Amino acid sequence: MANLTLVQAINLALIQEMEADDRVILLGEDIGKNGGVFRVTEGLWQRFGPERVVDTPLAESGIIGTAIGLAMAGLRPVPEIQFEGFLGPAYDQICTHAARMRTRTRGAFSVPMTIRVPVGGGIHAPELHSDSPEAIYAHTPGLKVVMPSSPYDAKGLLISAIRDPDPVIFFEPKRIYRAFREEVPEDEYTIPIGQARVVTEGDDITMISWGAPVIQCMQAIEKASASGGAGKSIELIDLRTIKPLDIATIITSVKKTGRVIVVHEAPKTAGFGAEIATEIMEHCFLYLEAPPQRVTGFDTIMPYYKLELDYLPEEPRISEAIEQLAAF
Amino acid sequence: MTRTAPASPINRAARIPTKTLRQWLRDMLLIREFEVRCMQAYQNKKIGGFCHVYIGQEAVAVGCTAAVRPDDPIITAYRCHGHALARGMKSKYCMAELFGRIGGCAKGKGGSMHMFDKTRHFYGGHGIVGAQCPLGTGLAFATKYIDEVIEGGQSGKVTLCFMGDGALNQGSFHEAMNLAGILDLPIIFICENNGYSMGTAISRGTTMGHEITSKAAGYGMESAVINGMDALSVFNGMKPLADRCRETSRPVFVDMRTYRFKGHSMSDPRKYRTKEEEQKHEADDPIDRLAAQLINDQGMSKEEYDELIKDVRNEVREAMEWADASPPPPLEELYTDVYVETWGPYKGTSPPMMFLEEQAEAEAQKSGAKRRP
Ligand SMILES: Cc1ncc(C[n+]2csc(CCOP(=O)(O)OP(=O)(O)O)c2C)c(N)n1
Ligand SMILES: [Mg+2]
Repeated sequence: MANLTLVQAINLALIQEMEADDRVILLGEDIGKNGGVFRVTEGLWQRFGPERVVDTPLAESGIIGTAIGLAMAGLRPVPEIQFEGFLGPAYDQICTHAARMRTRTRGAFSVPMTIRVPVGGGIHAPELHSDSPEAIYAHTPGLKVVMPSSPYDAKGLLISAIRDPDPVIFFEPKRIYRAFREEVPEDEYTIPIGQARVVTEGDDITMISWGAPVIQCMQAIEKASASGGAGKSIELIDLRTIKPLDIATIITSVKKTGRVIVVHEAPKTAGFGAEIATEIMEHCFLYLEAPPQRVTGFDTIMPYYKLELDYLPEEPRISEAIEQLAAF
Repeated sequence: MTRTAPASPINRAARIPTKTLRQWLRDMLLIREFEVRCMQAYQNKKIGGFCHVYIGQEAVAVGCTAAVRPDDPIITAYRCHGHALARGMKSKYCMAELFGRIGGCAKGKGGSMHMFDKTRHFYGGHGIVGAQCPLGTGLAFATKYIDEVIEGGQSGKVTLCFMGDGALNQGSFHEAMNLAGILDLPIIFICENNGYSMGTAISRGTTMGHEITSKAAGYGMESAVINGMDALSVFNGMKPLADRCRETSRPVFVDMRTYRFKGHSMSDPRKYRTKEEEQKHEADDPIDRLAAQLINDQGMSKEEYDELIKDVRNEVREAMEWADASPPPPLEELYTDVYVETWGPYKGTSPPMMFLEEQAEAEAQKSGAKRRP
């Protein structure tokens, strides 16, 4: 066991998968010699050489398209896109090729590629460096979308993603890259894609989140339990995988609590919270005591940093939602 | 890495009035002082997120801007403070933007990468590498269309589209070049070739990196290599290109050789290049060069030079004070400037303070009304 940050846990997962499987190769802008903008791939170029840790030109469409070709030919590419905002130029390759290749070729070809992308706000960066586009990719059949909220999960999920036979977008919440450490086993282990984690158990409210806001949810839950309020025993579910959605875990919890809050950083309208709320209505309608609540980013472009914390679903807004829901 | 900038063309300084050269020197000094203070402000946490400074490249923005008319459109990427200032944006509005204050040119909601000045035909300030290139093509298309189709006259404007050398590797750059070529658009693509995109030397990221004008050849486009470390070379190189582009409405590509003295952004240990390389380029400081030209050939005194330095220091200090006094955008600003209409949570849109203040000033001037300086 080692006490690792999220960055270190991802770095370790990459090392272990690269050591175990020569088909795993990394590519991206400045990921080699310089170790990446967030230093996630630090030391890998020195360790595995430039053939396996490939510094690419500044060309997202080219990077992802090339990775798709590599994957179709049987390799396991793990491209990095520096910030979620730069997925834009690669969007075409991701959604018109990676996502559809298995279907288009009727199973003859597949794209076992894992796109690593730092995601979300909280680091004082402006638009295109703070966005949360997970719903866009969850909306595209053929892609899997993963977003861990802890070092332990990050390692296990990344290993699963790399071994997955289909394309996975692996979102790394940059706000918590180095925010805290956690015990992470040195040995390899996997966390299945598509399996949520019940972070805290509770009877009154189900809270569902993923990525960095999970930390804000935990703060709100602590506050609620410290205030000793009745009706505020909260079950927190960290989705870990956004697609495929672990609906079973959600249903079990909501049938128990009858009250739901979904928390995410992305804008509210057509955010993934909308999908979850609808699933809950479809499966748990008769168990609900209150309408599902959403605490989310606003329906606007991420502003520069003075307004950043107003935009993000911080603890006070989550606490307010808890109060409202408990009182409903 | 060895990169040699071409020697200055014949020094035609004599033909450029001393007054003009002094203005260029002041503009370059202003950008330098502005950027140095930005770096400090970043350390003091007055500026958040990203901050990409233009130190070392000042001659490019100043010389290029001087080579075109004030109403010729300009667009660039995220390293944009220098272009905004060279175009005449007041430093206080630029600094307030960096400080994230409502008085900023983008209401403090954009930051370092997002400078805009509609009055001065400065179209930004964009964060995605290469993405401004097709926009530039569109701006040139528009000026030509307006001049020829709507006004029924002759195309008379030139668009300057700046980009870094990293943009050469993006599809959008190539699409923009091809479009401009096929549509005969009056645009100059200026690649500010400082040799690096973040930590990637051009030789590691771009084919034919030693001769990027070969990219233009592929699009049948005229091109030039210009020494971007020398304001006179920039101007003397750009002026005939701009004039010809205006006349013929044919696009041009420029390999503008320059060097960024500082890191890519504020958190860049610059391990990808040597101290010696940096020192070599720093010895070729574009400001020192123009100052020497003015002092040696145009009789500018040392005192006058010191006066210029003092002048820009004061201006930037005042800009910082002004920016500091400007409040952060209020919470409602989250929902402004998304749509024109007011609906749902949206609160419509309004021009930034800069625009309104300058309009009022212009009107006051026109009417001859007295106003405090
Ligand atoms: C599409 C896209 N990919 C990556 C980035 C991250 N990024 C910002 S600046 C930069 C380097 C650009 O270098 P260059 O174009 O040479 O401009 P310079 O910094 O030298 O002015 C990179 C990779 C980005 N902003 N946009
Ligand atoms: Mg560059």
